Amino acid sequence: MSLSIGLRYSFLTLFLLFLIVALVWTPYDPYQIQMGDRLQTSSAIHWLGTDHLGRDLLSRIMEGARTTVGISLAILFVSLLIGVPFGLLSGYIGGWLDKAFKKIIDAFMTLPDYIFALILTGLLGPGLVNLIFAITAVKWVSYARLVRSIVLEQRQKDYVRLAEISGMKPWKLVVKHILPHTIGNLLVLATLDIGKIILMIASLSYIGLGPQPPSPEWGAMLSEGKTYFQTAPHLMIFPGLCIVITVLLTNSWGDFLRDRYDVHIQSHSAKRSMSSILFRKGV
Amino acid sequence: MTTTFTPILKADHLTKIYSDRPTPALSDVSLTIGKGECVGIVGESGSGKSTLARCLLRLESLDQGTIEFRQQLYHSLKGHSLRQARQHIGAVFQHPTAALNPKLTIIDSLMEPLDLQPSLRPSFISQPIRNREQIATQLLEYVQLPTKLLSAYPHELSGGQKQRVTIARAISTEPDLIILDEPTASLDVTSQAAVLKLLQELQQSLHLSYLFISHDLAAVYQMSDRILVMRHGQVVDQFASNDLYHEERHEYTASLLDVFLA
Repeated sequence: MSLSIGLRYSFLTLFLLFLIVALVWTPYDPYQIQMGDRLQTSSAIHWLGTDHLGRDLLSRIMEGARTTVGISLAILFVSLLIGVPFGLLSGYIGGWLDKAFKKIIDAFMTLPDYIFALILTGLLGPGLVNLIFAITAVKWVSYARLVRSIVLEQRQKDYVRLAEISGMKPWKLVVKHILPHTIGNLLVLATLDIGKIILMIASLSYIGLGPQPPSPEWGAMLSEGKTYFQTAPHLMIFPGLCIVITVLLTNSWGDFLRDRYDVHIQSHSAKRSMSSILFRKGV
Repeated sequence: MTTTFTPILKADHLTKIYSDRPTPALSDVSLTIGKGECVGIVGESGSGKSTLARCLLRLESLDQGTIEFRQQLYHSLKGHSLRQARQHIGAVFQHPTAALNPKLTIIDSLMEPLDLQPSLRPSFISQPIRNREQIATQLLEYVQLPTKLLSAYPHELSGGQKQRVTIARAISTEPDLIILDEPTASLDVTSQAAVLKLLQELQQSLHLSYLFISHDLAAVYQMSDRILVMRHGQVVDQFASNDLYHEERHEYTASLLDVFLA
């Protein structure tokens, strides 16, 4: 299903508004226990009801948005911070560094991301910092791999060779001629990855390896709500909906940016698709 | 009568071997290029012409051989010394589209060599020079392009226009030698003739030395003072271009000539 550009912007604006409001204000204290108000359904006082400890669900979802989206952005940022320079160096310098990097890629590709993150979090123990570390350890590789493949492609371009002949220093050559060609692809991959990271955080939190109670992370809220699913299904429905909507929104934007980026590339040089870059033979 | 040129580049016994190929890409190739001379290299695809160009530009490492350029052992230079020596070599490649960064405007691609070496000012640019745009304008005028193209992006130009930009870029530092690797191969016939004429005019007015590489004997004959014929990574024949029709030509040269005459 593809959303119209207007709808896509509207949903994004609403989502961003929700996040901004959540950053500065919640209707109630999301940690305030009110045992007298436990497991209430939607009402004028508590719009989304309350949980098993009487805490306002909307406030906890808003606080959870800060936690879930904040953690995923932090993971994304650190992954880019590690992956991009590593990919640039590996692709441009080559030699032993590139060989070592290829071994690392091979090692990470032996298991799916989820399993790797699960093993790492299991070894490190539950908690927010360990969760960030585990998912970042899995995620940076895909950025380094993407950047490396673009560098290998760009290095063969005549304009890069001409810059080299003109006496351009390697670091300047990378910044001027190679790095700009990675930005569009990185933007697409990062946007598509936000949804995956959110799902990963929620999955690990659901099984108790994420932020610990009383922290209202969406996955952890799902886990807490499952005990009361038959009597108070809203405890799972609303956090679940938040995860679904956020993932759909980021995926939709990722697809949109990918299509748009491909068109842009086509009009300037050869058409490249994300898959052709990510899954080039020998990369 | 044979014109004598002062040598500016002397390559001896160049050998380049790729591990994934059964035969050497270059095998014991030697050549000399004199100041103001145009040396043509002709041969079929895969004969080692472009490998030779890349080795002379130091884009590829040599397995054997030496290159002397401007009285320096160019083949062993590294880092800053190599960058300094390369200031005196220009290059024009086959695909003008690939030679211009699609994300940069024409002025930025054109001025890149001079931006990197701000102390250099080509003598053919009229004085006094006030700014970067004026130099770029004069460079474009030199290759007969409208100056409105300065702010354009490469995809807005035709193949012939792009190749003229790369030629303008190559002459911008007034190098001692320009390596032209199939500069007309991807152009239509009209543009080919125009670009060849432009290259000849520039060579005469700026006293440039060319290494002109092409699989087209007609173009090489038109451009060059001397011609080297390459096959399977080796120079199988070399002669002054006036001697092309000489009876003692190598059989491979004769077969190329037959195609040319046909």
